[in-house]
Amino acid sequence: MKAPAIRIERWTPESRVALALALIVAALLAVGPLLFDANIVDRLTTLFIYVILAVMWNALVGYCGLVSIGQQAFFGLGAYFAVRLADLGFSVYPSLFVAALIVGALSLPLSTIMLRLKGGEFAIGMWVVAELAHLLVNLDTLINGETGTSLIALNAYAIGKRRALTYWCAFAAMAGLLAVVFVLLRGPTGAAIQAIRDNEQAAESIGVRVTRAKRLVFMLSATGAALAGSLWVATAVTFQPRTYFSPQWTAYMIFMALVGGLGTFEGAILGAVVFFLIEAWFGGAGVWYLVGLGAAALVFALALPRGIWGWVEDKTALRLLPVGYRVKLIGEPDVDKGA
Amino acid sequence: MANETEALLLDARGLHKRFNALVVLSGVDFSVHANETVGVVGPNGAGKTTLLSVLVGAHAPTAGEVRFRGADVTALPTAERCRQGLARTHQIPRPFSGMTVFENVLTAAFHGGGQGGDAAYAQAAQALATTGMTSLANRRAETLGLIDRKRLELARALATGPSLLLLDEIGGGLTDAEASELVDVILDLKRGGLAIVWIEHIVHVLLRVAERLVCMDAGRIIADGAPASVMSDPAVIEAYLGGGPG
Ligand SMILES: Nc1ncnc2c1ncn2[C@@H]1O[C@H](COP(=O)(O)OP(=O)(O)OP(=O)(O)O)[C@@H](O)[C@H]1O
Ligand SMILES: [Mg+2]
Repeated sequence: MKAPAIRIERWTPESRVALALALIVAALLAVGPLLFDANIVDRLTTLFIYVILAVMWNALVGYCGLVSIGQQAFFGLGAYFAVRLADLGFSVYPSLFVAALIVGALSLPLSTIMLRLKGGEFAIGMWVVAELAHLLVNLDTLINGETGTSLIALNAYAIGKRRALTYWCAFAAMAGLLAVVFVLLRGPTGAAIQAIRDNEQAAESIGVRVTRAKRLVFMLSATGAALAGSLWVATAVTFQPRTYFSPQWTAYMIFMALVGGLGTFEGAILGAVVFFLIEAWFGGAGVWYLVGLGAAALVFALALPRGIWGWVEDKTALRLLPVGYRVKLIGEPDVDKGA
Repeated sequence: MANETEALLLDARGLHKRFNALVVLSGVDFSVHANETVGVVGPNGAGKTTLLSVLVGAHAPTAGEVRFRGADVTALPTAERCRQGLARTHQIPRPFSGMTVFENVLTAAFHGGGQGGDAAYAQAAQALATTGMTSLANRRAETLGLIDRKRLELARALATGPSLLLLDEIGGGLTDAEASELVDVILDLKRGGLAIVWIEHIVHVLLRVAERLVCMDAGRIIADGAPASVMSDPAVIEAYLGGGPG
């Protein structure tokens, strides 16, 4: 049978508009410190870091199916190496990025061990890695054990300048990582990692080099989480190992990705915004805030298992930043969309 | 031309496979020539699927070797064998459920087929057209019923651009009309130059395609040859009537 004439649609009119709007928002955010007051600049910096965490978790779990409960390992190590490099006399802002690259490089040998583990073993194994990383960092006398230390090199900057520089670093990191993940997901590698998520053996049997693809995503998400950690220490100034190697970071990632929509590109960003707003409104409520977060996650898991954006995708054909492919028969209306 | 059709595509020698204490293959020699269509029958649990898994590298044999296009591929990962032209379908379909039908097939064209861009789209579209799935292209694979999942297995294998296609019970559950369509598709593929190995319990469907028939029982090949002589072989009749270990 001869193949009918088809056209592959990747960008729709709506998604072109969405991309244009996203770029305009990005351009505005890029000059944020010139427009907004100090409080907003600080809050946006936090939001950017949350977006990085959510997008990295989503790439690892939502797209590649590698559930990990130890991503705080990379977050903590990123912060640690930033402090370490600054103490060695390297310029503090470049150190934030170099720290993330060091962690990314370390995740290569780690991946050869960890990716042998499957499913729950991998998830728990990563938590063990986080605990080990925490212990190893405490061996560095610079850190003073659980007392921690500070990124004192930041004191060289006036407070306003420091706020703006940290903001710009976080913005650049977020924009860069979003672009990398988007391009990756739209290409053949994106198809490969989703296939691995859905059925690893079937992926192998159609020619996907599974380990290579998994390693790429593992290293990317390690680098991204490390960058989030190094940026966090630049906003918080103090580095206490227990805070940075806390499973709460992975819990936040899970919350953001689940609520926004695991395995949808837009969902992770949305989830970070939702989390950011919840924290802004209820963050002062102490332990009840955490109870509320847990309850919200539960409600979402039950009512909207594919998250907010997954629900939108199921109900409508709307794709704002599409990574998939839609087939159009030339000369005919639309191919059955299905349910 | 004669030389080409005679060429030995796949050659497996002395395959043994054990799962712990369970011996599933005990000394299987199996070969396929270019453009040949081979039917495989045998009672449940005979080891047919396991043989196929060993041929593509999803399971390592306990002993024996597999050669594909003249090279020893026994230690080669499944993905690499697929890229060289050895594709299989799964008896229990394994769709990429979170992706659309087209994306399932496109992934095969990208990776197993080594295609990029428009060439990959064309190869995927052709595989969907061949299997009659074009109208389902935008459906999420998790919404497909069993028959369509089996068709998707075939479409995905085709999109890798194989020279040898290993089919595992893709005809089960079909109506007579659907089975006839499937036979036509397979005959078309054969005309297109593919070599095909087809495991199937529905023997009368299989006989419309197979030029050679292999019967397995209890981990061994008990008959291999022209379909008519295999079907009348006393050992084959005994295996079916007497029942295998399954
Ligand atoms: N991964 C495995 N681990 C353990 N035992 C297995 C495994 N795969 C298959 N077996 C066993 O090997 C034997 C042969 O199975 P196989 O699936 O190859 O048979 P088959 O000929 O394809 O049967 P059917 O016609 O029912 O598909 C069965 O007893 C089965 O239980
Ligand atoms: Mg079988």
